[in-house]
Amino acid sequence: MRKRALVFYAMAYLAFLYLPVLFLPLFSFNASQYIAFPLAGFTTQWYTALFADTAMLLALSNSLKVGVLTAIISTLLGLLAAKAVTQYRLKGSGTMLGFISLPLFIPDVVLGIALLLLLATIGLPLSLATVVLGHLCLCTPFALAVLIPRFEGFDRNLEEASADLGEDAWMTFWRVTLPLILPGIIASLLLTFITSFDEFLIAYFLSGTQTTLPVFFWSQLRFPARLPVVLALGALILLVSVVLVVLAEILRNRGVAPDKKTIGA
Amino acid sequence: MSFLSIRKVVKRFGDVAAVKDVDLEVPQGAIFALLGPSGCGKTTLLRMIAGFEQPDDGVIVIDGVAMNGVPANLRPTNMVFQSYAIFPHLNVFDNVAYGLRKNGLSKAALRERIEAMLTTLRLEGLGARCADQLSGGQRQRVALARALVKQPKILLLDEPLGALDKRLREQMQLELRALQKTLGITFLLVTHDQEEALSMADHVAVMSDGRILQIATPRELYEWPNCREVADFIGEINFFHASVKEIAGESVACNAGVLGNVTVPRSAFGFPVAVGDHVLLALRPERISLVESGAAGGTLAGEISDASFLGDRSHFHVRIAGRAEPVFVASSGAPPQGPVMLGWDTANFIALPFVD
Repeated sequence: MRKRALVFYAMAYLAFLYLPVLFLPLFSFNASQYIAFPLAGFTTQWYTALFADTAMLLALSNSLKVGVLTAIISTLLGLLAAKAVTQYRLKGSGTMLGFISLPLFIPDVVLGIALLLLLATIGLPLSLATVVLGHLCLCTPFALAVLIPRFEGFDRNLEEASADLGEDAWMTFWRVTLPLILPGIIASLLLTFITSFDEFLIAYFLSGTQTTLPVFFWSQLRFPARLPVVLALGALILLVSVVLVVLAEILRNRGVAPDKKTIGA
Repeated sequence: MSFLSIRKVVKRFGDVAAVKDVDLEVPQGAIFALLGPSGCGKTTLLRMIAGFEQPDDGVIVIDGVAMNGVPANLRPTNMVFQSYAIFPHLNVFDNVAYGLRKNGLSKAALRERIEAMLTTLRLEGLGARCADQLSGGQRQRVALARALVKQPKILLLDEPLGALDKRLREQMQLELRALQKTLGITFLLVTHDQEEALSMADHVAVMSDGRILQIATPRELYEWPNCREVADFIGEINFFHASVKEIAGESVACNAGVLGNVTVPRSAFGFPVAVGDHVLLALRPERISLVESGAAGGTLAGEISDASFLGDRSHFHVRIAGRAEPVFVASSGAPPQGPVMLGWDTANFIALPFVD
């Protein structure tokens, strides 16, 4: 009895979390402009309309550019910070880590306005580049959170063993350090990419005339006739996000990437 | 000139000197052990030879070449780490092949050399295994193979047997000795385990607090320690305070307190001695005989306060009048009943300088 109650509770919990989200894909295939039951029939016309929309495609390409750039830069910054924090005893590294993580706890609205004011003060025009700057504030903490455990689970003797066996610092990084932290790097790239790709508020404040996909999504909500197309777009973004996050989690939890290549084999 | 020469080497970490003005000459083609308690500077010394640390002062010379400023990757040494440091992303074969990238060998020659090394270390057929599929003993062999395949001038071993259980440790001691004899490579090992050092090494340097106390063969260390610390660290020993009464020819008469007057040969003193000096007379537990009260061979009355049976021998703590510490006696016979007598041969005394 107790067990059944718990199962019911768990199911209700999951339904509460995911049922609303499932309405997006459901209505994106519904052959009616109106978002209401009963469903009118299956159609892919909204998806066809979506991909014919050049403004949407432009926003998509903007989002991809911002996301890729943000992912690479924040992962690189995270990599350097994680190595420094875990492998050298630095004074004040705990405080530094706290400051790096702070943007996670500042409301995005506040962060967005603050960045906008800063950019206006120093006279930097709004563009995709400023969106990347804003997203770096948000994404670098994620990169650090993923990469630090990777470095912590790393025997420093491995790098010394490589040096002992004749490799210099660069080759040691290439042959030992990188392969061992690679799953973490990929997980970080995926997570920071999807964080940037899905981010709306900061992009809304900082994007100027070049809109990213979530900003485009927001702007389309003004037109009731476009709603099913927006739902199709939302469903696609959802799909990509889930796939990338799941992939990142799998990689993050994997002990060590197996290396199949064999010298002389 | 010796093969590895360490001259006046100093290493400081902040305000703490880990290695203080160490001089050491290691001959070629033998097993040399650095023995000492943890924190004595032996590992730091090993890491300076490997090139992971740079000395603050002094010179390290390997086979006639000064190593100052030479980075670890260009030194003719290879190391077996205490943690073994097997690359977890590579299999056994690739671990062993790791250091041979720049050797310019053909693929076939490389493979042959690695297979030969795997066979030498009884790892044949395990080339495709990953580190986590190996036992402790196998991991150690991989670490050895990976270092030895580079044909180093000196193989450095940091507490090589520390992570193995007792039986495996004894087996690996024999194997390492045999391996060294076969390959002729100089082994320099660091250990805190005196049994390991005594049983494996041809020469042992005993270190304490950043300095070398004594360099000798294992037998010499045991029979003729040069100071109280070495005598105490190597095996068990009893110390008795004594003062020198008279020196006549080759014998030295001492007043040894509870032991009474003891005359020991001059050769027991490895240092200059004069009448009136305060010295320590030391006696190994197995050099003291334990007999029943009244039997022949006893000199000093005592009482057994503790006895432990160890199979091939027994250990006894014997209380004697006028001494707070019990005398430690090792004997292979059955324990006598009742009051006992302690006996000794004065030729077995080791005389050591007394330092306050």
